[in-house]
Amino acid sequence: MSTQHILLDGLPVSFTDGQTIMQAAMAADIFIPHLCHHPEFKPQGSCKLCTVKANGRYVSACTMPARDGMEVENNSPDLNDKRRTMLQMLFVEGNHFCPSCEKSGRCMLQALAYELEMLTPHFPQFYPDRAVDASHPEVLLDFNRCILCELCVRASRDVDGKNVFALSGRGIGKHLIVNSESGRLADTDFSLADKAAHVCPVGVILRKRRGFAVPIGSRRYDVQPIGMQVERLARRTTTEEV
Amino acid sequence: MSQDYAEAGQLDSRLPPIFERYRYEARYLVQILREVQEALGHLPAAALSAVARALCLPRARVEGVAGFYSFFHLTPVGRYRVLFSDNITDRMLGSGELIDRLCNKLWVERGKVSEDRLVSVDTTSCTGMCDQGPALLVNGRPLTRMSVERIDRISELIRKQAPLSDWPREYFLIEDNIRRYDELLGRQWPNGEALKAAVARGREAMLAEMKLSNLRGRGGAGFTTHIKWESARRAPCAGETPARYVVCNADEGEPGTFKDRVLLSSYADLLFDGISIAGFTIGATLGLVYLRGEYAYLLPALNENLARRRRDGLLGTRVLGEDDFNFDIEIHLGAGAYVCGEETALLESLEGKRGVPRIRPPFPATEGYLGQPTVVNNVETLCKAALIAVNGGAWFAGLGTKQSTGTKLLSISGDVETPGIYEYPFGVSVAQVLNDCGAGNAQAVQVSGPSGTCLAMHEFSRRIAFEDVPTAGAFMVFGEHRDMFEVARNFAHFFAHESCGFCTPCRVGTSLVANCMDKIASGQGSQHDINEIFKIHRLLHAASHCGLGQSACNPLFDTLNKFRPAYERRLRSLAFKPAFDLDQALASARQMTGRDDPAAHFGLAAGLPGVEA
Repeated sequence: MSTQHILLDGLPVSFTDGQTIMQAAMAADIFIPHLCHHPEFKPQGSCKLCTVKANGRYVSACTMPARDGMEVENNSPDLNDKRRTMLQMLFVEGNHFCPSCEKSGRCMLQALAYELEMLTPHFPQFYPDRAVDASHPEVLLDFNRCILCELCVRASRDVDGKNVFALSGRGIGKHLIVNSESGRLADTDFSLADKAAHVCPVGVILRKRRGFAVPIGSRRYDVQPIGMQVERLARRTTTEEV
Repeated sequence: MSQDYAEAGQLDSRLPPIFERYRYEARYLVQILREVQEALGHLPAAALSAVARALCLPRARVEGVAGFYSFFHLTPVGRYRVLFSDNITDRMLGSGELIDRLCNKLWVERGKVSEDRLVSVDTTSCTGMCDQGPALLVNGRPLTRMSVERIDRISELIRKQAPLSDWPREYFLIEDNIRRYDELLGRQWPNGEALKAAVARGREAMLAEMKLSNLRGRGGAGFTTHIKWESARRAPCAGETPARYVVCNADEGEPGTFKDRVLLSSYADLLFDGISIAGFTIGATLGLVYLRGEYAYLLPALNENLARRRRDGLLGTRVLGEDDFNFDIEIHLGAGAYVCGEETALLESLEGKRGVPRIRPPFPATEGYLGQPTVVNNVETLCKAALIAVNGGAWFAGLGTKQSTGTKLLSISGDVETPGIYEYPFGVSVAQVLNDCGAGNAQAVQVSGPSGTCLAMHEFSRRIAFEDVPTAGAFMVFGEHRDMFEVARNFAHFFAHESCGFCTPCRVGTSLVANCMDKIASGQGSQHDINEIFKIHRLLHAASHCGLGQSACNPLFDTLNKFRPAYERRLRSLAFKPAFDLDQALASARQMTGRDDPAAHFGLAAGLPGVEA
């Protein structure tokens, strides 16, 4: 039996049945930009950063099953331009101020902006009014930075079995909520031991009283671009710290 | 009022009967929230907790669903909730002035609840009354043909707190306005006639007739109906409660479309026959009608019809005496979300979730409602299937064109003499339609709503058919005195309001585009903004999760290409201009300090030497 391949930017990449384009690419150490994808959770395809062209059609690499002989365009000026535009959209949708963010250097949104050479937010800022939630003894929620990737939603629902997070509203008013009548994290059964506490790719879910343990400048994406860390991204788990 | 219920512990007495009625099943969450809101006026936090407990759902999920739909209110609303339909056709009939007039009369700010909690006045997406607008909803009930006199009278009725039952009956009059009859509309269809014909044919033969007819979906996408039926019939059922389902998409949300409303009002027998025929053919046991919330006023008559059909042996166990044909129909109400017209979002909503389109594949035919094989068809499609059962597939294929068989219902509105429903065989030219409805001076026609195509005068020889100009039914005509920029701006805001927010490009892009159009409208636009619109159009087309996002910029793209002067005469310059006006930003500071001298201004307004106009 011959192995199955996709042609990723002209390069044959093997895959096994049931693998998506994203999984096949990551297994071959090829980077496809992504934010809402995480190897431990069910793919949902909402951030659209992993948009690729498969047999001429735009699809999400994280949800599209690989098929033998499929020609996939990934690292092209057209796709990277679209990805850059979507990053800019995410930046203006929330309130992202990297210099004051504890997650700077470990933030996937910031790392991708560097990777895709995003120089400015370009679009007019929405400046949404989002209050922080500091009610929980161990964890701070800063909704200003939320990119609605739903990783915390999935982690809490599918792994922790707690359903601490969910989304409400719609359109540009879509926002993260927590599972309590008061709307405060302290009134949920959330704990620092939850998977959901460690899965946020940006700076929304932050551990209290442990800021800047690693100085900015020596952090994960400070020392090496995200595009060079495919192997780590492919085997990352929520238990890894910092 | 609702506050009192919660405090008095009345939630415990008022809500359980609702839960009972829906057997505490989570898939009815949207229906349950509708009824809870009807009982309490809005959905207070304590009520959401009570619903979550009763249905054994996480509270956040209940809140997430309640927060998704436009017609659910998490904060107290006025005793009279007035929602003006905000389609461009309503605006062309003067709805804008009427809104301002009503707000002034009632001393209420648009979008806010009056301080005495009596009334709120706001806008909502097209309510499907474009042929008899301007239209509005008061507490969910549709009113048509608004005029200055009617608005003045309504403001008095509200101030006097008159119950809706005491308002003039003619305000609530909704007409069918059928202007051209063809095969479907041309006769009355007796209850059960088509179903009997289908049962007499048998399942295989019915499917063969469907294949012969080459019927394609009337909801817009134009997928071949018999292929859906065949796949759902063949697909294996799975899980603990294996079943097949038929879902009728009556979520007619595309602005400018109102044909399904007329079919639901006056041809419901034919529709229910069509649903039952689909059920019979694919071996389903349940049909679900997803009725848009704006059409809730049709519900009593539809439920009565279903009860009659059960008495007549057309629904229930052993339908028409057939041993292996058990079938019933349920009606679900939507709650104000255009995206639920997308078939997988509709299924999510039917299951009691946020109306977010699913990842496809799998398609509903194999994994649809509750993960089971499901046929999702538009109202008109199912009516056509009933016609095919009676007259045969060959007869149907003889109508229309080769690739677009049968007839099509058009909902015509805008600058025409006789707006209403027109039934034509496919292949009719746009010019013919314009001639028939009395559109003397049309400069443009928006076919199939904002997500469709905008045709300019030189394209009026084109034909309504899947192979030329496909349509879900909307046909909005714009006379030469209309401003096509304002048409496109209305559509841009519609998409921004209706985006489900699931994917980044549509969630942010539709709002960016709407803001961009506002910037141009306010005279701050430049060539840069037009380039931005094109760029976002390309992105949304490529990267959006579903058809809503992919088509959200179509009306802008079309009007920019065909009516560019409408944009360009608004541009302040062809170079970049910022939306932010520094002098304007200081207005509130000037107001607070009571100053208006030149030194309190920036730029031109300061009148400083050296600054030129």
